[in-house]
Amino acid sequence: MKIPFYYILRNFFARKLTASITIVGVALVVFVFAAVLMMAYGVEKALISTGSDENAIITRKGSNNEISSIIDLQTANELSTLKGIAKDAQGKVVVSYEVATVINLDKKSGGMSNVSVRGVSPQVFVLRPGVKLAQGTWFRSGSREIVVGKQTNARFQGAALGDKVKFGGDFWTIVGIMDANGSAFDSEMWVDVEQLRGAYKRDAYSSMTFKFTSKDDLETMKSKISGDPRLNQMEVEIERSFFEKQSEALAMFLRVLGLVVTIIFSVGAMIGAMITMYTSVANRTVEIGTLRALGFRRGAVLFAFLFESLMLSLVGGVSGLILASGLTFFSISTMNFSSFSELAFSFAMSPSIIITSLLFAILMGFVGGVLPSWRASRMKIVDSLRGA
Amino acid sequence: MNTTRMVMKNTLRHPLRNILTILGIAIAVSAFGLLRTVLTSWDAGIEAGSVDRLVTRDAVSFIFPLPLAYADKIEKTEGIDKLCYLNWFGGVYKDKQNFFPRMACQPDRIFDVYPEYVVSTQEREAFINERNACVVGESIAQQFNIKLGDLMTVEGDIYPGKWDFVVRGIYKRRDQNTDGTQMFFSWVYLNERLLQDAPSRANKIGWVVTKLKPGTNSAAVSKAIDNQFINSSAETKSETERAFNQSFFESYSAIFTAIRIMSILIIGIILMVLGNTMIMSTRERTREYAMLKALGFRGNHLVAFIAGESIIIAFIGAIIGVGMLYLMVLGVGAVVPKQFFPVFFIAPSTYIISFSSAVLLGGLASILPVWHNTKIQIVDGLRFNG
Amino acid sequence: MTTAIKVENVSKTYTRDKMSVPVLNNVSIEIPEGEFVALMGPSGSGKTTLLNLIAGIDRPTGGRVSVQGEDIGTMNESSLAKWRSRNIGFIFQFYNLIPVLTAYENVELPLMLTPLSKAQRKQQVETSLAIVGLADRMKHTPNQLSGGQQQRVAIARAIATDPNIIVADEPTGDLDKKSALEIMTLLERLNKEFGKTIIMVTHDPSAAEHAHIVRHLDKGDLLPEGA
Repeated sequence: MKIPFYYILRNFFARKLTASITIVGVALVVFVFAAVLMMAYGVEKALISTGSDENAIITRKGSNNEISSIIDLQTANELSTLKGIAKDAQGKVVVSYEVATVINLDKKSGGMSNVSVRGVSPQVFVLRPGVKLAQGTWFRSGSREIVVGKQTNARFQGAALGDKVKFGGDFWTIVGIMDANGSAFDSEMWVDVEQLRGAYKRDAYSSMTFKFTSKDDLETMKSKISGDPRLNQMEVEIERSFFEKQSEALAMFLRVLGLVVTIIFSVGAMIGAMITMYTSVANRTVEIGTLRALGFRRGAVLFAFLFESLMLSLVGGVSGLILASGLTFFSISTMNFSSFSELAFSFAMSPSIIITSLLFAILMGFVGGVLPSWRASRMKIVDSLRGA
Repeated sequence: MNTTRMVMKNTLRHPLRNILTILGIAIAVSAFGLLRTVLTSWDAGIEAGSVDRLVTRDAVSFIFPLPLAYADKIEKTEGIDKLCYLNWFGGVYKDKQNFFPRMACQPDRIFDVYPEYVVSTQEREAFINERNACVVGESIAQQFNIKLGDLMTVEGDIYPGKWDFVVRGIYKRRDQNTDGTQMFFSWVYLNERLLQDAPSRANKIGWVVTKLKPGTNSAAVSKAIDNQFINSSAETKSETERAFNQSFFESYSAIFTAIRIMSILIIGIILMVLGNTMIMSTRERTREYAMLKALGFRGNHLVAFIAGESIIIAFIGAIIGVGMLYLMVLGVGAVVPKQFFPVFFIAPSTYIISFSSAVLLGGLASILPVWHNTKIQIVDGLRFNG
Repeated sequence: MTTAIKVENVSKTYTRDKMSVPVLNNVSIEIPEGEFVALMGPSGSGKTTLLNLIAGIDRPTGGRVSVQGEDIGTMNESSLAKWRSRNIGFIFQFYNLIPVLTAYENVELPLMLTPLSKAQRKQQVETSLAIVGLADRMKHTPNQLSGGQQQRVAIARAIATDPNIIVADEPTGDLDKKSALEIMTLLERLNKEFGKTIIMVTHDPSAAEHAHIVRHLDKGDLLPEGA
């Protein structure tokens, strides 16, 4: 009778098929796992890059975001004289008095969402040098003009150069598009603060952002503010940590949602790996018996099968990560609970995400492989040689 | 002996493998159901918005208040039955995490406009008559162990300062999809204090909810309301409550999309776990299937044997999965604070979709094994050894 | 005596990896009804292939196979399957019983393809198992039976539908001498008592002794009778 070479091929194909299914399963789980972590990290990264370590922001105590914060003009004036605020070459304090508000716009993808409108002072460009004009011109102070962030420009209707937006009882013309390097400012609209205040007839700012001279000065300033009855309603915070806090709720939500789902997913993948490994053990009963008869120890058999399982899951893990890293080319946007406005962010990869994902893959391989491997190592030599 | 019996016997052939597979499917089905329940619960939140009520707010954004005088003008509009204005209060109750909605309203009108919030006549009277009384939903009362007569202190953020309220009513939910997480207190109480502390912010209302007379055209009334304020400093936007809810939820569409994608991936997982098992099981039986074909069994018999087994496994998995889903939803309902999901229950369609997709996947997972075993030549199959 | 099987100029070539391997060269043989033929030859001589062609589970590359006057080469897959279920009983070297089914259920398998009622099927199964001497083992599963007993269950399965022709591929190949003798005695009885035409492939000379006609194959050629 002929050597059934054909069947060897077919066997190989069949084994490869179940092995591939296992790998794809693990890859899928790792992909989702990494994607969710990348999303949460993307939110954090966008907001962390929004704030600078060299700036500080003053808001009213108890207001979790700029929209609900109020600093009246007199208090603002008072605050600007405090020691600790850096001055520019002309001796002017580097402060941006800001008014933050939100307006509704139609999203290109359907539905409406909130867009942050930020009124800023001329000093803002000293404070936030990362924000660059991409197209058009900056708004002129004293006129009702808008510069939109590139994400707002890309995602909302009527946010193109030359479009007019109606709020505060007037029409505002979009004259420029800014690139804020992936930070939350990309999802905003900037206007002249005095114009915005005027339009809404507000005799107050929302917040003040300034460059501080030194950490020590900032501490002195903090104690000064809390000691002054006219100012103790206010709160100073490093700008970076202020914005970072605004990522907490959304990032946490994404992480919890993702974790719950991936845990469930991973159980599916582990069961898949376990089924594959049990069958692999069953198919190789005679082989295991032979190895044991030749003198290999139980430990060696256990290790061999566990290693196979770990390899399968590691290959799956790496493929899942490669797939997930493709996501870094995409950015998405959603409502940020904390600032009550739309935030666009990119999926962001980090070394810790890579390590966590791979560890997760290996864990799946281990849990899926340990019982079948144990069974393989416990087989009696005589029984397994008989192929029972 | 018949096909069913044959399928049952085959299903029991590898108890461990099939139990694992069933377990995998059960977990995946329950995860699928849970994600769907999240989506349908949000949808239920939108659906809970009545189409017989209009919400009138500032056209630019919800965060800008309207002048108090608007309420009277709106009330005179043709087609309106009842009206109540509200202010979003926000604030912090005990901890920042406890973010259930807190609103100032008109105590004598709120329950006319929202008949789905059920309170007794005594509670209602007490709410109307006491200046700093409040009414909370039963879900919130349960969660924070709030009883009638309790004092609730809220730290204001939009309206700074400490605010004390006495609980004079706990409203019951009329329907399964009624939100039981709201807190209402008197707008007059809020306004009095604003007149003292921040006069410029007084006499403003957040939004106006109107109940339409039966058979009224909501679009026409919306237009009539908004036309009255056109070209004023605060233009309005009126829409049905459902449309209002919808536009609010659409801001979170990216999250919904992510959840949808995940639920599709779960279906992929089910297919892979089941497909893997079926491929391995049928591969081990290649010779048997070849023998059956030699005896005269044909393709459709193999389809019945293989797909039948696959579908049985999927079906059992789905039953267990849906059972687990039921427990999980109970668990989530008990553990996750109500304000995340004011309404959280399994929609009947979730049961149907979970079952039918599992069974469908059972069929799909058997395609490859069926194809392989019908195509393989009998003589090749008979010589096959694992 | 009428002709049960007529094989005319049949050849069979397998193609594997673009290489053509001839397995049967122009083989012709006639087997009269009620005969008991043994096909012998070394491995790779084509004896199993010839058996498979006669049984209708493989198709010749050239030539004609007629069974009971019907040219089975002209039938499509589905009618060929139907034809097999009515006319051919199969006995395999490794029994090919389904391990999760009882002896009774294994024998009942081919009857699933007939329109017989449950009661009629029961009678057929019981009769078949009684013929092979396993009436008391109906509830046993294959792994509770010895190799010889398993092969007897397989024989019962082969005769359950009462086919005229039985093909057996190395029916004693996996058995000890005593069991092999039992099986061969059983096959002889089926031939004599029930008039079944039996074609058996074997390379066990003592098994072949039970056949009336012994034909040898070598490298795809059927050697002349008595060679």
